[in-house]
Amino acid sequence: MSFFKKLKEKFTGNTETEEVSDKYKEGLSKTRGSFSSKINDLVAKYRKVDEDFFEDLEEILISADVGVSTVMDLIDELKMEVKRQNIKDSAKVKEVISEKLVDIYYGDEDSSVEELQLNDGELSIVLFVGVNGVGKTTTIGKLAHKLKSEGKNVVLAAGDTFRAGAIEQLEVWGERVGVEVVKHSAGSDPAAVIYDGVQAAKSRNADVLLCDTAGRLQNKVNLMNELSKVKRVIEREVPGAPHEVLLVLDATTGQNAMSQAKTFSESTDVSGIVLTKLDGTAKGGIVLAIRNELQIPVKFVGLGEKVTDLQAFDASAFVYGLFADLIEENKE
Amino acid sequence: MAFEGLADRLQNTIQKIKGKGKVTEQDVKEMTREVRLALLEADVNFKVVKDFIKKVKERAVGQEVMESLTPGQQVIKVVKEELTALMGGEQSKIAVADRPPTVIMMVGLQGAGKTTTTGKLANLLRKKYNRKPLLVAADVYRPAAINQLQTLGKQLDMPVFSLGTEANPVDIANQAIEKAKEEHLDYVIIDTAGRLHVDTDLMDELKQIRSDVNPNEIFLVVDAMTGQDAVNVAESFNEQLDISGVVLTKLDGDTRGGAALSIKAVTQKPIKFAGMGEKLDEIEAFHPERMASRILGMGDVLSLIEKAQENVDEKKAKELEEKMRSASFTFDDFLEQMSQVRNMGPLEDLIGMLPGANKMKGLKNVQFDEKQISHVEAIIQSMTKHERQDPSVMNAGRKKRIAKGSGRTVSEVNRLLKQFEEMKKMMKQMTNMQKGKKGKKGKGFNFPFM
Repeated sequence: MSFFKKLKEKFTGNTETEEVSDKYKEGLSKTRGSFSSKINDLVAKYRKVDEDFFEDLEEILISADVGVSTVMDLIDELKMEVKRQNIKDSAKVKEVISEKLVDIYYGDEDSSVEELQLNDGELSIVLFVGVNGVGKTTTIGKLAHKLKSEGKNVVLAAGDTFRAGAIEQLEVWGERVGVEVVKHSAGSDPAAVIYDGVQAAKSRNADVLLCDTAGRLQNKVNLMNELSKVKRVIEREVPGAPHEVLLVLDATTGQNAMSQAKTFSESTDVSGIVLTKLDGTAKGGIVLAIRNELQIPVKFVGLGEKVTDLQAFDASAFVYGLFADLIEENKE
Repeated sequence: MAFEGLADRLQNTIQKIKGKGKVTEQDVKEMTREVRLALLEADVNFKVVKDFIKKVKERAVGQEVMESLTPGQQVIKVVKEELTALMGGEQSKIAVADRPPTVIMMVGLQGAGKTTTTGKLANLLRKKYNRKPLLVAADVYRPAAINQLQTLGKQLDMPVFSLGTEANPVDIANQAIEKAKEEHLDYVIIDTAGRLHVDTDLMDELKQIRSDVNPNEIFLVVDAMTGQDAVNVAESFNEQLDISGVVLTKLDGDTRGGAALSIKAVTQKPIKFAGMGEKLDEIEAFHPERMASRILGMGDVLSLIEKAQENVDEKKAKELEEKMRSASFTFDDFLEQMSQVRNMGPLEDLIGMLPGANKMKGLKNVQFDEKQISHVEAIIQSMTKHERQDPSVMNAGRKKRIAKGSGRTVSEVNRLLKQFEEMKKMMKQMTNMQKGKKGKKGKGFNFPFM
């Protein structure tokens, strides 16, 4: 069965997924518009699959922030594949391209890695980390809403005691969503706030505790040590916790995202990524490289400013969003 | 490491060329390829890179590089020059209105750092220019954004104008200016909400504010870590609002910051300031030249090259090379070479400027004995002209005289003479090898600045 048919089947079978993919299509419409129309242009421009074709393809992928070395690897693999299957028609390459992209993303694993790993019936703790201004607090607000609407009892801990207005920002989200926020005053020790958060969550029999932290650039050693300390406090108070450490990444970020993923993983053992601001024109292609190199999966994507605009990540849907035009063409 | 600097990247290519007397067009092609990769890895937009490489190639294939003694360095130099030209000169002035208040509008995507930069700019205006700014909280969308600005205002002890979250940002801006006039505040900095450049409603709101308050400056605040999308963002904001300058934030991180180049290339607007930390005084004038080096990731190798350029006379270097070939290298030449290298500054500094040098174990904390070099100089200077040209005339009496004249011992004089002879021998070997004779691969001999 062809790749596109498989995808189509997946997305026409059940309505819930269709909704999700609609969200993706909506959020990624600008992205998709430019990305797949470029691939279409490319395919139209070149009848033959030659060096120029690959050069243009390379540029399209680089412009999506996929990263030079990943792109080079991908192009090499594509060239091999084209040779192996003896493909001369550029239209057929489309299919191979998207197959390879999903391939790079998944490796040998299945899609279950994208689910949030939470304990049933016991307190689960999720720690949010990332550089400044990526949308950690907003993501926590959205995720709190999502979990609460699933019937979970959620508590938030305002661990960003540094940035002006950060505690108030989380409080506003707490009010909006209707969950409790544990806080100290600005400037206090974040580890102490998180400790109190854990105690509060325990005594209220909460299902999930979401811990906010201050944004920090990954080359600030002291601040990264502070983050390790916060994680140690959680580990000590609840064995097996934190159940997830989510690195929040801004989709507009370029190659520095790889450095962020590496360094934050070293100090906090990141288990997943939340890719925010994907509703702009940025493509967030660096997550492919991060997945490929560090095996960290994306768990959620932020597709807008509404409280409901946080979606579980699904690599097939991601690629479907990027290639939707192509797939629809294929129907005819 | 994914982020190799240009100098590291060029290293291999240069290694290959080093032995050659001439650089071919193919060599230049390979070098520009490395430049391209370095720029792409630094997040410079691929279109900008393409144009840039074209320019570099034109110059590189020309005589400038091909006929140079040090083609690798010449390529880096050409790249640096073109890059600096593209980035433009330093421009960190803030406009002043004929009639106060001067109005500054801060715009940009979410999370770029507009509010923090607003506080920093206000602080700078007061500290450096003795101005009285009014901060305006026009971000009514993000939860607690107003609160954030008010906290900054408190920290700075500066007035903050706010009408709460229910008011229209356009009204807030208009009323703020009235207030500034009443209270004789001479600057108004409007902190607008972060928005996507493709969000038509919110972009219209900015246009409305712009036409109402007629700002003297519109600063686009951009995260230095932005990738390929930087061109879309900058182009779109510039088209819709005709921005007057850019503030690059989070430059204290470890990003290469190629976005700076992309933004400059597509908007032609100056990057005026750089955010260098989370504290309110951590804002600096933007230095295009430093940024160029940073994008290329080559430490201070450029300043090193510049130093070499300033201090090493190309013609003299060529003469020296000739002499080495013909093995007519004398103590005079040796002295000349030493002084050229020393003109470039303390040796420790020179080593420190080499990219990757601090990673090399042997070089990390190496202390060069500058004294020893002076001793060598003293010994040579104590020789007669004849002795310097032809050391073979040296005998015990002459050595004694030289030792006395330089204040060193005879054994030190002997050691230097021996080293010099060894060096000449090695030069001979090297020249023979270059002539194509099959000699044993001896230990490589490197002229210090080649």
